[in-house]
Amino acid sequence: MPDPILSIKDLVVEFKTEDGIVHAVDGVSYDIFPGETVGIVGESGSGKSVSTLALLGLIPLPPGRIVSGTAMFKDKDLLRLRKKELRRVRGNEVAMIFQDPMTSLNPVLTVGSQLAEAIKTHYPDEKDDAVKARVIEMLRLVGVPNAEVRYGQYPHEFSGGMRQRVMIAMAITNSPSLLIADEPTTALDVTIQAQVLEVMKRVQAETHAATIMITHDLGIVAEMCDRVLVMYAGHIVESGDVGTIFKSPRHPYTIGLMNSLPKLTEDEEWLEPITGSPPSLIDLPPGCPFHPRCFLAREKCRQENPPLVQVEGAGPTSAHLSACHFSDELIGRKTKFSEEAVA
Amino acid sequence: MTESLRPSDDSLYPSGQMEGNAVLPEGDPGTGFLETRGGPETTEQAGLDLKVRGQWAYARMRFFRHRLAVAGLIGIVIIFGAGILAGVVAPYGYFQIDLTHILAGPSSTHLFGTDGLGRDEFSRVIWGIRTSMEVGVFVAVVSTFIGLVIGAVAGYYGGWMDNLLMRITDLVLTLPLLVILLTAATLLGQGNQWRVSIILVLFFWTGIARVVRGVFLSLREKEYVEAAKASGAGDARLMFRHMLPNTLGPVVVNATLAVGFAILIESALSFLGFGIKPPTPSLGGLVADAQQYSQQWWLTVFPGLTIVLIVLCVNFVGDGLRDALDPQQRRMRA
Amino acid sequence: MLTYIVRRILYSIPVLFLATFVSFIFVSYAGNPVSLLRQNPRVPKSTIENLIHQQHLDVSPFVRYFYWLDSVFLHGFGKSLQTLQPIWPQMTRTMGHTLQFIVISEVLALVLGIAVGIYSAIRQYSVFDYSFTTIGFLGFAMPTFWLALLLQIAFTDIFLHWNIRIFYTSGLNTLPGGPAWSLDRMQHLALPVLTLLIISFALYSRYMRASMLDVINSDYVRTARAKGVSEWRVIMKHVFRNALIPITTVAALNFGALIGGAIVTETVFSLDGFGYWFIQALNSLDIYEMMAYIFITAVAVVVFNLIADIMYGFLDPRIRYD
Repeated sequence: MPDPILSIKDLVVEFKTEDGIVHAVDGVSYDIFPGETVGIVGESGSGKSVSTLALLGLIPLPPGRIVSGTAMFKDKDLLRLRKKELRRVRGNEVAMIFQDPMTSLNPVLTVGSQLAEAIKTHYPDEKDDAVKARVIEMLRLVGVPNAEVRYGQYPHEFSGGMRQRVMIAMAITNSPSLLIADEPTTALDVTIQAQVLEVMKRVQAETHAATIMITHDLGIVAEMCDRVLVMYAGHIVESGDVGTIFKSPRHPYTIGLMNSLPKLTEDEEWLEPITGSPPSLIDLPPGCPFHPRCFLAREKCRQENPPLVQVEGAGPTSAHLSACHFSDELIGRKTKFSEEAVA
Repeated sequence: MTESLRPSDDSLYPSGQMEGNAVLPEGDPGTGFLETRGGPETTEQAGLDLKVRGQWAYARMRFFRHRLAVAGLIGIVIIFGAGILAGVVAPYGYFQIDLTHILAGPSSTHLFGTDGLGRDEFSRVIWGIRTSMEVGVFVAVVSTFIGLVIGAVAGYYGGWMDNLLMRITDLVLTLPLLVILLTAATLLGQGNQWRVSIILVLFFWTGIARVVRGVFLSLREKEYVEAAKASGAGDARLMFRHMLPNTLGPVVVNATLAVGFAILIESALSFLGFGIKPPTPSLGGLVADAQQYSQQWWLTVFPGLTIVLIVLCVNFVGDGLRDALDPQQRRMRA
Repeated sequence: MLTYIVRRILYSIPVLFLATFVSFIFVSYAGNPVSLLRQNPRVPKSTIENLIHQQHLDVSPFVRYFYWLDSVFLHGFGKSLQTLQPIWPQMTRTMGHTLQFIVISEVLALVLGIAVGIYSAIRQYSVFDYSFTTIGFLGFAMPTFWLALLLQIAFTDIFLHWNIRIFYTSGLNTLPGGPAWSLDRMQHLALPVLTLLIISFALYSRYMRASMLDVINSDYVRTARAKGVSEWRVIMKHVFRNALIPITTVAALNFGALIGGAIVTETVFSLDGFGYWFIQALNSLDIYEMMAYIFITAVAVVVFNLIADIMYGFLDPRIRYD
């Protein structure tokens, strides 16, 4: 197994708000290996975005605070880099695609100039022509038709899907080794979603960048990712290969997620949501964060926070981890998707 | 006339609004220290609410967190309270002349000193507060009401109705306030605070109307309006139950700030001699009277300072309300 | 864009007509110009009837309006009722003075306001921010006449106590008809400019700060940072340009309103400006002078509204008026 390109250990991020301290990320550790696509799945408030925003120093630090943890990228700790060095990494070796394409581009600058900025920030000596040519090349790569003309247009002249393609182009233009996509398709229509995902796959094939795909949509995970991390209330509750997780999940939350999806191939009368409501990140209950809503919950769950450990019966090559005291009780439990082959 | 028409908060729309273009409304953004505004809304409130609260209770909580807003509120209560209870609070009468104590500086018997006829300035200021208060509140309330109706109708029905109403708005904005006021004063005789207020109302409604109209125009397209229509809701019901509540935030803020603006404009007019005329007490009039006594600084300072304090407090409250009621608070996304 | 401008102008014309018409009727009924004329000592009794006819005071105001319109366009706004002097030269003279001090104070207010607004936003919650925001609040709450008076009293006091005249407290020049761009004039204009400056500064800095903060927290600024752009460039290239847009609108509208003469300031400081001229016309109910003022003011408001919109459309590519 090659060395991980990104290795996060015990990351803790909190936010000071009027109502109290929000524990957005509460001791998260994971590795990303070169070339792989890892999905991070969770509800709103699970900490999935914050953990990656912290990497690039994009969390506003007055309300936010990185309490502890390390994030080794190549051989630098991103959380401890000086501003100048961090800037050299951003948009260059680590790039990010954001959720809302409608507001993520500066409305008064042309698309071309914003893409060019991505290049010129890191390669200031490049000639303008060369930069423009590269930008057009990138636009073509992501499937923007009529790239030459589009170069001089403004963001509002692009549709949502096109804008997201521009964002993708902006992210990959300096051939980053790590790409973070924060819910890139959430704000788009389903059909456009499919197109954008297609573009992302193409881009991945070209650049071989490692990708972190943050989403709340299990369908996207199934389609795009090799591995998946499931997050809840600032903790990782389960992680493993996509196939394994879908076929035999070992955490009550994951099972709940799977079961709450409607299955298109069968007639269902009722959907099964997870009982209870999302947790308050300010007053987290002691013990396991999920226990108030968990069908397996017992006394131990109320008292001890379960560590993320290898589950029983995991295959030799996959590291299937779960943060549940009673994960072995879930062996053999089927979900709606257990029968299906995951592509 | 104040120097500029001191654009009342939301009449600062670039007048593309006159044409019904959907120009981004800017309005006065305020300076609340926890200011955040604008941007898209993602309803990612889930993990961050402490407990389920009613919307108004939450807004109230937010308001009271703003120290300045609370200070402003206290200030207003005190000042307006003094105005309402002028008969009780003021130690002397407004017209009470005391020729033995002319032009005395501030002292324990005359807190704000006395004027050229020995009248107690403090009492005069208190009575002036009452007048200003009457003007401010009257103008704010009545113009809000009118503006609401007109804005709602214009925004809801759109089309030619909207056009017509907007033209009228433009007309009003182009007419010079002073001229109308002058004429009204001459035609109707005594310039008391009510006549002045009515004239001011005729100009102030435009600000609210624009805001309400803007909200209505944007809401018309929203799904829940269409849903309500589809379930058979009539025009009036749609307007009142579904759309109007959405305007309450900006309308309340606007109305509050209008109190301050009205007082500023009225005092300027009274100062120039075209607003509230004696014998009705007015703070602007007091400052005008003080002009001949430039050595007696207390005659100029105290009435003017009172105006500043009133408007300041009103503005603080308005700002606090804006932050409390503004649904566009940006949230931290998980 | 051109079609938009033309359309707006065409549309403004009827509004202007209506506004001036309504004003004219109001003004004509406000007082009785005929009786005023009869009382006017400057007019010899023998010519009164003639004059009444000449000034169209013998017809109904509704008809008079059209005579007035004619005089506006063909005869430089006609003649004053009181002085019987042509109005046009008076207007240009007083307007020149007003423009002088308005332009100076607005330019200064804009520059200072924008700078302070930017810095306050970047260094939010700092001492600088708090103090200037407070000044902003104060400026918003202060009646112009009061500020003007305070300044006047203060500097008169300085003169009386220490016999130094730093700034003059009234008039345009020490001797009437003095040069427009002299130290003497500047000393006279200093206080009026300061008055307007403070009030406008409060407006601009408040808006700029809010606009900056609004933009700084937006998604596209985050995108720029994520690309590795330096903070300085982020502020200058992304934040500033976007934040400036609403300010141009505010400034244009404010200036347009000020053209109506900074009446209060001019009155307090006895400046021979457009607003001051109007107040005098008002006091003597000189309808033709008043109407000239109203006309110009209304046109200024309309023109600057248009300028505000054009600038907005120019700066923000999302807005295209077609």
